[in-house]
Amino acid sequence: MPTLKIDGKEITVEKGTTIIRAAEQLGVEIPHYCYHPGLSIAGNCRMCLVEVEKMPKPQIACHIQCLDGMVVHTQTKSVQKLREHILEFLLVNHPLDCPVCDQAGECRLQDYYMKHGLYDSRLNENKVKKSAKAVPIGPTIMLDSERCILCSRCVRFTDEISKTGEFGIFNRGDHSEIGIYPGRELDNKYSGNVADICPVGALTDRDFRFKCRVWYLAKTESICPGCARGCNITVEANLERPHHANGERIMRLKPRFNGEVNDWWMCDAGRYGYKFIDHDRLLEPLIRNQGTVQTTGWNDIVEEVIKSLKGVLKKSKDELAVLVSPEMTNEELYLAKKLFVKELGLERVLLLRTKADGDQDDLLIRSDKHPNRKGAEWIGFEESKRAIQEVIDQGLKGGLKGLILFGQDLAALYPGRNVEDLLQRLDVSVFVGSNHNLTSEHVQFILPAATYAEKNGTFTNFQGRVQRIREAIPPAGQSKAESEILTLFADHLKLDWSYENEEQIFDSLRRSVPQFQGMNYSKIGREGVPVE
Amino acid sequence: MGAVVIRTKVVQRPELNFWERLYFPEVFRGVWLTSTHFFKNLTLHAFHALGLFRRIAAAVTIQYPEQLWKLPSRSRTRHRLTKREDGSPRCVACMMCETVCPARCIYIVAEEHPDPHIEKRPRSFTIDLGKCVYCGFCVEACPEDAIRMDTKIIDTSAYSREGMVLDIKELLNPTGVPKTL
Ligand code: SF4
Ligand code: SF4
Ligand code: SF4
Ligand code: SF4
Ligand code: FES
Repeated sequence: MPTLKIDGKEITVEKGTTIIRAAEQLGVEIPHYCYHPGLSIAGNCRMCLVEVEKMPKPQIACHIQCLDGMVVHTQTKSVQKLREHILEFLLVNHPLDCPVCDQAGECRLQDYYMKHGLYDSRLNENKVKKSAKAVPIGPTIMLDSERCILCSRCVRFTDEISKTGEFGIFNRGDHSEIGIYPGRELDNKYSGNVADICPVGALTDRDFRFKCRVWYLAKTESICPGCARGCNITVEANLERPHHANGERIMRLKPRFNGEVNDWWMCDAGRYGYKFIDHDRLLEPLIRNQGTVQTTGWNDIVEEVIKSLKGVLKKSKDELAVLVSPEMTNEELYLAKKLFVKELGLERVLLLRTKADGDQDDLLIRSDKHPNRKGAEWIGFEESKRAIQEVIDQGLKGGLKGLILFGQDLAALYPGRNVEDLLQRLDVSVFVGSNHNLTSEHVQFILPAATYAEKNGTFTNFQGRVQRIREAIPPAGQSKAESEILTLFADHLKLDWSYENEEQIFDSLRRSVPQFQGMNYSKIGREGVPVE
Repeated sequence: MGAVVIRTKVVQRPELNFWERLYFPEVFRGVWLTSTHFFKNLTLHAFHALGLFRRIAAAVTIQYPEQLWKLPSRSRTRHRLTKREDGSPRCVACMMCETVCPARCIYIVAEEHPDPHIEKRPRSFTIDLGKCVYCGFCVEACPEDAIRMDTKIIDTSAYSREGMVLDIKELLNPTGVPKTL
């Protein structure tokens, strides 16, 4: 294990560690462009040059491995001068695009130039113009090769991570240019990541394009609900300037590093799967009565639902089914179990998916498109196709009197069955969910629920890692988190639940479900905790 | 930075002398002064109304809007958006002005420009003058010289709050009347 000194601070690192990584551990930042911890070393941008004593020339910190007794300087006059010159070279052909560039505000060229810039330009030459500006190179990404600094991160990403190999650097010298191989387009399941890793504005996200400026965004750490992987993400919202993007609040999702789950990446389905948060939402409690729809208040609707449920329960407990979903958080599933199984004594509280299974690959994507199936299983809900079929059969025969759905679009899940007819036959049908769908159009009571971006809680991913989602934006309209809705039911049933927030629910959850033992919100923190 | 030394100058309150303390002489002097101005202005305004002695100014008050005043050339007046040669706005919707505006009264919505070399342009650009504090930061911040406060339009009043809101059309082609020399 070599011990070395960086800027006078001593550190011992694993053999094979590069200087840039050792410096990172010490909290010394070495400017860099081409180096990315998730990709192979290219060593082409030269921004990371540092001085190493006894070495005749400056060395690139991203490539040189630490040796015992090394003495590294990252802040000397000559290193600073080198950075100025490297930046000068990088900017030789760079357009002055910052005002129209979506990267502005999170651009490494801007950041480093502020710190290490030359400021007095010595260049009087004409820039070598690359091909056309602002070319869509696929459904998700826009390329502006003029802005590219040829760091090759995108090339390495498509070669090493997505293994699709669309990018290449063409021509030589001053005329080198980033591009897509002829006849191809950047269309893979992880394409959005290249916009994240491009240190400049050469690759930008078409979905985010011109929606708003990055410094308007409020960032909240959360978990992608797109599949059982549970990639760590940052939800980026624009709340203060609603005139942008037609009042949409969520502007984009970005992956957040978690070495145990998703490294630096996320898939496109997850990245662009946020639109439902600001579109087609159920905004207020609704009661449907013989064709007419009436909006009402929360207390009234809960009162009504309980009255109807009691009517059904008086006759038989067998004629009421509750379908919870693996999209609900651990806290909500725990409350659902407590309310419907323990307090009301129902036998048919079943787990039912909200989405069909999809594709799976070796990188991130899981075929199970729900974020919390593992958690549901731990809490005691196992999805059984047969049990659900029985409910539907019974319903179609008229043997079912009440049905409570948590977000499932029965009509879409069972297109062959006459779900509409089933719902018509019920005495009481309740839909707790965030968005309009075919099923919500036919139920009697609609209780609008908050989406994952509007509430707190935890999901358990397929590895058994418990991770936190956080409220990034307030619930739309009058919608409420399912945990709040369930607590409201408990209040109206005069049950003594004294939960003030999700954290308290989690505290009682961990006491009753062994897998969650010893966990709490502060332990789960930013990265989540695996079950032992 | 060194320590800040604040210089102080002690100002003596003037003492009243014997004559002033007699009270009445000073009161009459004040009434005399006011009356001379009053009668001088009255006479001059009467003559002005008849079209006489117009070159001798009456009171120091400027009779706006009949009479205009020359503003310093750097004074900030109502905003306008400058144009390219083809008449389209120079603005590229970079949001610098919207960001810097301390009153948060600029509202820009961006869209794609058909020419990829310009790339971005404002779909709408609105300034709510009812909130604007005329600080001029928007002009300072603009990297494109696309917004200026040099229309010399200084009377911004309206019968409603909505009336104080200028849209992109009004900003590109101000219809207000300059009220300064
Ligand atoms: S497009 Fe971006 S990531 Fe790719 S080489 Fe150019 S600067 Fe690097
Ligand atoms: S792999 Fe799954 S969790 Fe990750 S971003 Fe994609 S959908 Fe979201
Ligand atoms: S003058 Fe000041 S307050 Fe008025 S729009 Fe410009 S930046 Fe905003
Ligand atoms: S700063 Fe200038 S170019 Fe940018 S949005 Fe404002 S007016 Fe337009
Ligand atoms: S980061 Fe080391 S050469 Fe680019």
